Amino acid sequence: MKKLSLEEKLFLDSFRPDRESHLAIKDPRICLERCTAKWCTFTCPVRTYRWDQDHITIFFEGCVECGTCPVSCEFDNIEWRYPRGGFGVTFKYG
Amino acid sequence: MEKFDVIVVGAGPAGLTAAYLLAKAGHQVVVIERGDFPGAKNVMGGVLYSWPIKEIFPDFAREAPLERHIIEQRAWILSPDSAFTIGHRSMAFDREPRNAFTVLRSRFDKWMGQKVRATGALIVPETLVEGLLRDGERIIGVRTGRAQGEIYADVVIAADGVNSALAKEAGLRQPLTPERLATAVKEIIALPAATIDARFGVAEGQGVTIELFGDSTMGAVGTGWIYTNRESLSIGVGATIRDLNDRGINPNDMLEHLKSHPAVAPLLEGGETREYMAHLIPEGGLKAMPRLSTAGMLVVGDAAMMVNSLHREGANLAMHSGQLAARAVLRAKERGDFSAPSLAYYDRLVRDSVIYQDLRKYRNMTAFFECHHQFFSLYPDLLNYAATEMLTVDGASKRRKQRVIFAEARRRRSLWQMAKDFFRAWRSVA
Repeated sequence: MKKLSLEEKLFLDSFRPDRESHLAIKDPRICLERCTAKWCTFTCPVRTYRWDQDHITIFFEGCVECGTCPVSCEFDNIEWRYPRGGFGVTFKYG
Repeated sequence: MEKFDVIVVGAGPAGLTAAYLLAKAGHQVVVIERGDFPGAKNVMGGVLYSWPIKEIFPDFAREAPLERHIIEQRAWILSPDSAFTIGHRSMAFDREPRNAFTVLRSRFDKWMGQKVRATGALIVPETLVEGLLRDGERIIGVRTGRAQGEIYADVVIAADGVNSALAKEAGLRQPLTPERLATAVKEIIALPAATIDARFGVAEGQGVTIELFGDSTMGAVGTGWIYTNRESLSIGVGATIRDLNDRGINPNDMLEHLKSHPAVAPLLEGGETREYMAHLIPEGGLKAMPRLSTAGMLVVGDAAMMVNSLHREGANLAMHSGQLAARAVLRAKERGDFSAPSLAYYDRLVRDSVIYQDLRKYRNMTAFFECHHQFFSLYPDLLNYAATEMLTVDGASKRRKQRVIFAEARRRRSLWQMAKDFFRAWRSVA
């Protein structure tokens, strides 16, 4: 079957993004100065976290709300919560 | 001030079961769900066993949106270019009452929600519970994200899933660790029902499951799976966050790797991806199970880490915990006592149940595999190598082939090590 990119897959899901991110980096200096592995940039199933020269950028709009990132982060540096009620992903199949 | 008898946080199998039984017994129940409807946020691999749901909804096999009943279960042990396969098909699984079904949780949980609503319970969707309300030590309600969103009750049932913020806030559970959680991703791939019937060798309505070990997880501790739905396949793969970290694996890449395996790709051919999703699986078993109750609150389902990953049981255990929680709440209500000692009756019910017995049986399994990665790459590779070698007819005698296979195995791991590995593996699940 035809291989879809991650972006194409996320296009199939339905999202209602909030205005503000439900995810945050607690202390960006830890990412810059102490974290070398940057696990969040690949363990997230939808690649929400991207390293952008000197900081993490969070693409929260495509978050599927699994909870991997705060556990993956070795510095416990991700502030994680669910989106507000009624926002975020809705699965048609699940 | 809004006061109910019972607040259930989370409309999944555990919460909806408890809500249904308690509302049917005449209690004022409110279910608070963060998604647009029950099921909107809910994901699993796809197999639901009919016990204990048949005790809760005796007509579920006729009423619920089920996909296929499982008549055959296969296990594939993969090396990068081979598959060693075993399986079991029985017509016993074709007869009613049927043992297991594939389901799509967004639809299935919605149906459960309708059953709960019909009892008079209130389901409040699109509402996130942000914290607990307390009176001293005792939990007396929840604070939601809505304006004037405080809701009070005699008892709160935390059915808020694997990421349970409530179990954590109540001090019942330890922080989650990357060894004890697996990240699983899944795709729904649409195919015509007749194509699925032909590819899997089944008649209309019958289903097959395939568990995929070895190369499916690129050597990480975890498994993959393919389950047949009516007009789609659920294909997924999960591995511990520890291994994703250590091995630099992105879960979507792992799924694409599995989809392109030469034994898997032909099953998917011509299919169209309809949805991509991810979910955490609590793999910690008994050792990660939190205390299950405190004054004014009970924890059920994934929030209580009730998953038997070897037998892919989770939703059924969740429902059973919902049954037990309902029983404990009914007893507390009769006595008018929602204190910690009174609700600890629920802990005792779980301890005497199959949930506890099965999790106890496998309590050392996750920790064992976490430090024995050879079961996810070396042994699957050796097994496939041995099979390929024995089945290749090339003029070499079978005895000579056996010698070559044993020499190759011993080159890669000593006999003593292999004996220890398999003895310990057996002990971890015995």
